[in-house]
Amino acid sequence: MKETAITVDQLKWQPDLKQKAILNQLSTHFVQGGFYGIMGPNGSGKTSFIRHLLRFLEAKEGEIYLEGKPLEHYSRKQLATYISFVPQNVNIEADFTVYDMIAMGRNPYQKRFQALSKEDDEKIEQAMEITNCKELKERPFSYLSGGEAQRVLVARAIAQDTKYLILDEPISHLDIRYQIELMENLKYLNEKKGKTIIAILHDLNLSAAYCKNMILMKEGSIFASGMVEEVLTKSHLKAVYGIDFEIYEADHRKQRFYIPIISS
Amino acid sequence: MINQKRKAKMALIGLMLLLLLSIVVSVSVGSADITVLDSLKLLVSKIPIIGQLVEVDHLKSTYEVIVWRVRMPRILQAALVGSNLAIVGCTFQAVFRNPLADPSILGVSSGASLGATLGILSGITLNFLGLGATSILAFIGALLTVVLVYRVGTLGSRMVVANLLLVGTAVSTLLSSLISLFMIYNREQLEKVYLWTLGSFSAANWDKVGFLAIITWTGIVIISLFGKDLNILLTGDEVAASLGVDTVKVKKILMLIGSLLVAASVSVSGAIGFVGLIVPQCMRLCIGSDHRLLLPFSVLGGATFMVICDTLSRTIAQPTEIPVGVITAVFGAPYFIYLLYRQSKNGKV
Repeated sequence: MKETAITVDQLKWQPDLKQKAILNQLSTHFVQGGFYGIMGPNGSGKTSFIRHLLRFLEAKEGEIYLEGKPLEHYSRKQLATYISFVPQNVNIEADFTVYDMIAMGRNPYQKRFQALSKEDDEKIEQAMEITNCKELKERPFSYLSGGEAQRVLVARAIAQDTKYLILDEPISHLDIRYQIELMENLKYLNEKKGKTIIAILHDLNLSAAYCKNMILMKEGSIFASGMVEEVLTKSHLKAVYGIDFEIYEADHRKQRFYIPIISS
Repeated sequence: MINQKRKAKMALIGLMLLLLLSIVVSVSVGSADITVLDSLKLLVSKIPIIGQLVEVDHLKSTYEVIVWRVRMPRILQAALVGSNLAIVGCTFQAVFRNPLADPSILGVSSGASLGATLGILSGITLNFLGLGATSILAFIGALLTVVLVYRVGTLGSRMVVANLLLVGTAVSTLLSSLISLFMIYNREQLEKVYLWTLGSFSAANWDKVGFLAIITWTGIVIISLFGKDLNILLTGDEVAASLGVDTVKVKKILMLIGSLLVAASVSVSGAIGFVGLIVPQCMRLCIGSDHRLLLPFSVLGGATFMVICDTLSRTIAQPTEIPVGVITAVFGAPYFIYLLYRQSKNGKV
């Protein structure tokens, strides 16, 4: 039995009392070393869920525990040494270089006015190496292509050196080459560095190929969770997305293919 | 990287020298002609210990009055107001993530103007720490307005920056029309009120300089502590939070300190527009977005710019004074447009 890292207990979020709750009685847990995909249709509460995990939204009803302690007992800075975040994309008008952006990942460890320490430098170098963005180092961040920018944001999360890494649709707007590159990086971080990965994903095939664990959401709560092949079944997908799927298994490659049946 | 840092340091020292130079030149020009050397001697003679080494007995005692009692406080007040408005503008542009944010975006200037208007019209005379009724009422008006804007703008407990901007604009408009109303019904005081709202350093004295210096320098030190946080805030609130910045707390502190600084400067010298908007933007175009550099550059740039503008305001059309707010716009706007033009030609915007 692996150590439970994050426990979500009866989380409810209803920002507008006249509307249906966005998150409803959501309970689940994440174990250390897991590679979690969060899937579900648009509006099923995936983003609201991870925003609570990152404490961008405070849990008003229900509770989230990080390593046994309620999330709100951590200061922002402390929390940033446990969990890093890769947003979907970042629009900034400031002219920061790629290096500046990645160096921000070291912020939780620095005091005010403190320059980068030797350890900071090493972590930044390492992060650039893993994500292969050394040659981008001096480029202005705002000039990068979507794929390059995403690499840098992942590099920053790696430089932040946290046990947990949360990503919001990291591959949705990338071409297939960058999608696979990014998923390979996450796999490496999960397997070789022991990081717990939690990512909102939309691509069934890539999710099935890379994730170990899957949380399938529907209407603000968890419809099914467990190992990928237990969760991503025809009946579950039909219930959640309302679409029939064919699932093919290519035994020789240990890969599963999900094909939606388009009926007229 | 290291090379860049050294360059920035050199530029900062250069700017500091430019500020000192403009102060010395400014002290020497005006209706009474005093040579730069003589005014320099007079200034140095005021420094303890070293001062005794300078021989100033041969200079007319009126010179001392002009340099030390009239011009120097005025110049220092201009420098303080300039640095004050520039650092707050720089901070607010990052906090609101809006390049058009200026120091009075939360209604400070209009609140101060209303306070000052009431002070002028009521004719109250009082004196507190060397500040007259107009300044005191302006300071109170500015602070009350910010509190009002902040309270209304953050109703519903969440801090939404766009709300604050809208409420600030609405309140400013409301207060400005109140001022207009007061002016219409008190036509004999119209000119006085109007000139106050344009801003001027002509009523400077050492008491005001002291008041302003304490608030401004304390504020500058506190804001400078947040240089790194401002950089991270530029990448968005949620990302900043995930990088360990307590965004709500940081913004609250910076808005509070910033408003206090602007209130102090507006209450002693009126609402001088443009500096807080343009100086930080110019600095950003020249040295980039890193607030650890941008903040000190804005402080020095604002001070220098203001000293030069005020010197022009009192000298180019002697014996009349051109309102300094007019000068800041007439010289600042074309220069800023030139910088934007140069930048876009180089493909950097």
